[in-house]
Amino acid sequence: MTGPLSELDRPNSYIGRAVPRADAARLLAGRGKYLDDIRLPRMLHAVFVRSPHAHARIKAIDTEAARAMPGVAAVYTGAEIAEHCTPWVGVLSHLAGLRSPPQHSVAVDVARWQGEPVAVVLARSRAEAEDAADLVDVDYEELPPVLDAEAALEPDSPRIHEGYDSNLAWERKVDVGDIDTAFAAPGVTVVERTFRFGRHTGVTLEARGTVCDYDPGEGVLTMHYSGQAPHMLQVILSRHLGMAEENVRVVSGDVGGSFGIKVHTYGDEIACAALSKMLERPVKFVADRQESFLTDIHARDHVVKARMGVDAEGRIVGIDMDDITGIGPYSMYPRTSAIECNQVLNLTGAPYMMENYRARGRVVFQNKTLMCQYRAVGHPIAMAVCDGLLEDVARATGRDPVELRRLNLMPDDGYPRASASGMKLADLSHQKTLEKLVELMDYDALRRDQEEARARGVLRGIGLCSMVEVTNPSPAFYGIGGAPIASQDGATCRLDAGGALHVSSSVTEQGQGTNAILAQIAADRFGVPIERVKVTTGDTATVPYGGGTWASRGAGIGGEAMLLAADALKHQVLEVAAALLQAEAGVLDIRNGTVVDATTGAERIALSDLARTVYYRGNELPPDLKPELIATRHYRVTDFPFVFTNGAMATHVEVDAETGFVKVLGFWVVEDCGTVINPMLVDEQVRGGVVQGIGGALYEECLYDEEGQLLTATMADYLVPMAAEMPDIEVAHVETPTSTSVLGAKGAGEAGTGGAPAALLNAVNDALAPLGASIWQQPMTPERVLRAMGRL
Amino acid sequence: MKAPDFAYARPADLGAALALLAEHGTEAQPLAGGQSLMPMMNFRLAAPEILIDLSDVAELRGLERTRDTVRIGAMTRYRDLEDWPDLGGTLPLVAMALPHIAHDAIRNRGTIGGSIALCDPAAELPAVMRVLAAEIEVAGAEGSRRVAADDFFTGFYETACGEEELIVAIHVPVAEADRVYGFHELAQRHGDYAMAGVALSALSPNPIRSLRAAFFGIAATPVRLPDLEAALEGLTACEAQAAVTAALEGLDLLADTKASADMRRHLSGVVLKRALEAM
Amino acid sequence: MDKTREITLTVNGESVTARVPVRMNLVDFLRNELELTGSHVGCEHGVCGACTLLMDGRTTRACLTLAVQADGAEVVTVEGLAASGRSAALARAFTERNALQCGFCTPGMLASAVTWVEGGGSAERDAIRAHISGNYCRCTGYQSIVDAIADVAGSKAEDAA
Repeated sequence: MTGPLSELDRPNSYIGRAVPRADAARLLAGRGKYLDDIRLPRMLHAVFVRSPHAHARIKAIDTEAARAMPGVAAVYTGAEIAEHCTPWVGVLSHLAGLRSPPQHSVAVDVARWQGEPVAVVLARSRAEAEDAADLVDVDYEELPPVLDAEAALEPDSPRIHEGYDSNLAWERKVDVGDIDTAFAAPGVTVVERTFRFGRHTGVTLEARGTVCDYDPGEGVLTMHYSGQAPHMLQVILSRHLGMAEENVRVVSGDVGGSFGIKVHTYGDEIACAALSKMLERPVKFVADRQESFLTDIHARDHVVKARMGVDAEGRIVGIDMDDITGIGPYSMYPRTSAIECNQVLNLTGAPYMMENYRARGRVVFQNKTLMCQYRAVGHPIAMAVCDGLLEDVARATGRDPVELRRLNLMPDDGYPRASASGMKLADLSHQKTLEKLVELMDYDALRRDQEEARARGVLRGIGLCSMVEVTNPSPAFYGIGGAPIASQDGATCRLDAGGALHVSSSVTEQGQGTNAILAQIAADRFGVPIERVKVTTGDTATVPYGGGTWASRGAGIGGEAMLLAADALKHQVLEVAAALLQAEAGVLDIRNGTVVDATTGAERIALSDLARTVYYRGNELPPDLKPELIATRHYRVTDFPFVFTNGAMATHVEVDAETGFVKVLGFWVVEDCGTVINPMLVDEQVRGGVVQGIGGALYEECLYDEEGQLLTATMADYLVPMAAEMPDIEVAHVETPTSTSVLGAKGAGEAGTGGAPAALLNAVNDALAPLGASIWQQPMTPERVLRAMGRL
Repeated sequence: MKAPDFAYARPADLGAALALLAEHGTEAQPLAGGQSLMPMMNFRLAAPEILIDLSDVAELRGLERTRDTVRIGAMTRYRDLEDWPDLGGTLPLVAMALPHIAHDAIRNRGTIGGSIALCDPAAELPAVMRVLAAEIEVAGAEGSRRVAADDFFTGFYETACGEEELIVAIHVPVAEADRVYGFHELAQRHGDYAMAGVALSALSPNPIRSLRAAFFGIAATPVRLPDLEAALEGLTACEAQAAVTAALEGLDLLADTKASADMRRHLSGVVLKRALEAM
Repeated sequence: MDKTREITLTVNGESVTARVPVRMNLVDFLRNELELTGSHVGCEHGVCGACTLLMDGRTTRACLTLAVQADGAEVVTVEGLAASGRSAALARAFTERNALQCGFCTPGMLASAVTWVEGGGSAERDAIRAHISGNYCRCTGYQSIVDAIADVAGSKAEDAA
C-alpha cells in the first residue's frame, strides 16, 4: 500500500491503536492482587451482625455468648463503635433542600433496612466470626416498614426519621417555556405513559472489601480497599476517625469490577478502619454475596409519569415529566442519593431540540437498601423516558422513528448550544451517528424482515435510542456542593536512569484498561516504546492528588493530565539534550527512546545516556543547568460542567407471543466518545455496558416482600446476564474530539448501560405494536410482557 | 457465608453408611454431589451435625444395562450419564433433559441420586423418572426396597426415602421401541431452574396417543395427572395446551419472583404443546 | 468427633498433605492454606463460576466442594494451567481479544475454556456461549471471550485437519 504516512505510522504512535493491555498476562496467570488476597500478620476477620428487619428499634444487644466463642477477639455494638467514629450526613449544598439525618457506620438505635449492620464480631477466621455472629442476641422492636416510594409520600405514611415532616428527602423542579400552552396548541399530538424502572444493583464479581491496618507507632492507618476514589476515602476516614489526612493512606490494588458500586462510603469499611485503630491490629472485611445484595448500593427504582407532544410536522414541542425515586433510609455519603434524580431531570430530552420542558423530581426515603450512583447514573431512565415517548408518538402519528429522530435531533453543526434543561452541549454528532447506525444495522432490511416475520405471526421489533452521556465532570458535579471529591486529576512522568518512563496517575484501574491507555498516551507523546512505560495508580502515598475513576473521567481527565505531563517532561528532556548536544531544543525530538534530529531523524543521544549523565555524572553538565527529569501536571475541565458524549444504538428483538420471552437478535452501537485512545478497549467497554443495560431491561431486579425482606439476595434469584442469552454487539465510532482538551477524549464507560434499556423498550413495544399492546415497566420479564399483551 | 461446623465421615460401604445414619439420626446428612447441599450450608440454612460422604460407597456406583432396565447407581454423576455412549439409545428422555440441568461444572459433580433425594420442585430428573416409570431402590437397616417413582416424590423437598435410608440406585426401564419421548422447559437463562417444564412419552405425539407426562417447576413435586393424560387421548398438541391449563386450575402451584402461579399454569400448556410439536 | 481431617491431594502436579477443618471448602483451602489466590470467591453458592477449577480433569465449583472431598484428587488451578502452558494459547487469545477487563472471572472462565478446547469443542459461537453460560462476567459483555475461545478452538480444528 502506498500513500502518505498517517498519524498512526509515526514511531511510538499508540493513541488510537488497539494495543493489548500489559497487565492481561498477569491476570490470566492467576497473579492478580485483589483485596481478598491480602493477608497481614495478626489480622482479624470482621463479620457484621445485620438487621433481619427492614425497620426496627434496637432495644438491647447481648454479646456475651459471642465473646466466649473460639477464636473471637472482640465484639462491638454500634454504640461502642460510635465512640470512635463520628456519623456522616449525605447532603451537598448545590442540591438545595436535600436533607438526610446523621448515619452511623453501624446502627446505634434504629435499624432502617434489612442488612444494616448493628454489631460486629472480630475473630481469627471468617468462619469463626460467623459462628459467633450467630450468637449475638439482638432484641428488636419491629417498626412499620416504609417501602413503596409513592406510598411513602402519603401524609399518613409512617415516618422513617423522627423530626422530619415527611419521607421526602429532596425535590427539584424545572420549568422552561410553557408546556401547557405548547401541548394545547392545535395540531399537537400528546402521548402519556407511566414508566416503572426496577431496582438494580451492580453485582461486581469481586465483592466490596477492605483490609485496614493501623500502626500505633506512627499513628498511621493504611486502608487497602477495592475501590475507585482513594483520595476521597482518605479525607472521609480522616474526618470521621479524627485523624490527620496525612496519617491516612488508602491503597487500591486490582479491583474486580466496580461500576460505581465501589465509589461510595459504606459503614462496613469505615467501621473496619475504626476497629483496626481500636484494636491496633489489621482488620479484614470482605462482603459475601448475600451481604453484597443487602448492602451494596442499589440504583434506579423510579416511577416516571411523562408526556411528550409533537406538532403536525412531527417536531417535538416539549416534555412534561414527574419522577419519584426511592433511595433507602439515608442519602448516601458523600455523593448523595439525589444525583440520579438530578441527572434524570438534566438529561431527559437532551439530544433533541425542544422549547418547552417541565420536570419534577422527588427523592424519597424508604426502608430498603440505600440507593446511589451506579453505572450510567440516571441515563437509562432519562433515555428510556424520552426515546420511549418518541417512538410512542411515532406510532401514534404513523411516522418512522428514524425519520422522527432526523427531524428532531440537534444538528451536528449547531453547537455549542443548550438542552431544554439547560445543559451546555458541544462537539456532538447525533445526526451523523444516527445515519451511521442506520447503515450499520441495515435498518431497511430489518424492517423488511419484520414485515415477513409478522406475516408468519412472529413478533419482531426494532428499537433505537439516541443518547447523550455525561462524562469528564468538572467541579460542578460534586466539588461545588462541598464534597471532598477532586474533580481534577494529576499525572506524573519520570524518566529513570535506564531510559524508562515511570508514570503515575490519580485515576484508578478497575479493569477498564486505565493503566493501558495512560501508558499509551505517555509513550506516544513522550516518544518511547510502550514496553518502557510503567504505570502506578491507586495509592494515595505515591500518586498525584485527584478524583479517581467515576463518571467516565479516566481517559478524558486522567488521560489529558498524562498527556500534559508527558509533553512537559519531553520539553524538559529536550532542554537537557540541547545543552548536552549544544543544539537548539527546537530542532530535536524524541523517538523510540532516543533523542533525534527532528528533521532528519538522525539519532543524537539515547535517553538512557542522557538520563545517566544527569543522574550519575552531573559533573558533565553545564553548572547552570538544573535538570528535572520529572514532570507533574493536573487537568480539570473548564468552561463546561460536563463534557457530553453522544451515541445511537439499536436492537432487534423477537417476542415469544406465547411465553413473553424476549430474545435479543442483534444489537448495534455507534458511539462518539471523541478521540478513541484504544478502540479494542473502548469497544469491549461499550459491549459490557450494553450487556449491563440488557440486564436492567430484561432480567435484573431487587424485589422486596411487604415486610421489606429482599427476595433476590442470591445469584439464583437476582438474574444477571450470562453468555448464552447475550447477542454479538456491533460497535462503530464517530470521532468528534472535545475541544476542551488537547487529547480530545471523552468518556465511554457508561453509554451502553445508559442507552440499551431505551432501545430494548422500544424494540419490544415495536414488536407488540400489531397487537395494540405496549409495556412500560423494566425489567420486561416474561410475565410482564405476557400481561402487557393481555395473554395472562 | 461459611458453613457452620460439622463432623464428617466417609464410610466405605453401604452398611457403614447406614449404621452412621442410624447412629446420628436427624443430625446426619448424607453428602452426594453436594451441589445443592453446599449452598444451603453456606447460607446456614442447613446445619447438620455430621455429613456422611457417600463417595466411597461402592454399592452406590455403577451404570449398567440389563435387558430392559438401566441401573443408575445413586452416586452416578450427571456427567457420567452424559458421557455414557448408550444413553441416547437406551434413555433418550434422560439425554434430552441433561443439557438443561445447570451448567457444565455443576453436572460434573452433581449426582442422579442426589437430585432424586432432594426432590427440588424445579428439578428435571424427578419428572423424567415419573414419566419413565422408574423405580427408586432405597436401603435401610431392614434391607432394601423399591419405590415406584410415582410414589416417591411426596412433597416439597420430601420423598418416600426414610431418614435412616439411602437411595442406592434408580432402575429405569429402557426406551420402548414403540414410544416417543419429548422434553421442553422454559427458563429465562440457560441452566436456570425452569418456570415450567415437561417430560413426556407417548405412542404418538400429535394427535396424542397414550401420553405419560410429568410437569416440573410448577408445584411442590413433579405433577402427573392421569385424568388429564386420559383426557388428552386423540387431541392435537394445540388442543392439549388449553386442556392442560384447565386441568391445572385449582392446583396449588408455585409462585415466586420469577413467575406467578397463573404464569406457571399458562406456561405448562405451552411447554406440553411445544414438546409434542418438536417430537 | 474430630472436625478436622488429614487430606492428601495433588495440586498443580505437586502432592500436598494437610490437616483441614472438614467444613473448609476447596477454594478457601487453596487460597488460605496453599496461598494459591488465583481461584476466586465470587458467590459461595455455585452460581457465578469464579471459583471454577479442574478436579480430576473436570471443571468443578471449588466453593461447592469441601477440601476433604478433594482427598486423593488431582486439582489444577489457574496457576497450574499457566505454569504448565496448558492455557498458553487461550491466554494469548484472551490478551489479543481483550477478553478480560477486571480479571476476576478470568481464572474460572479459563478453566471452562480449557475443557472446551481440550475436549475438541467447536468454534461455533452459540455452542461456546452455552458452554461458558455458568461463568459470570460483569465487564466484557462476553463477546470478546467467545472470540478468544473461538480463535483457539478454530485453529486447533485447523491443525487437526
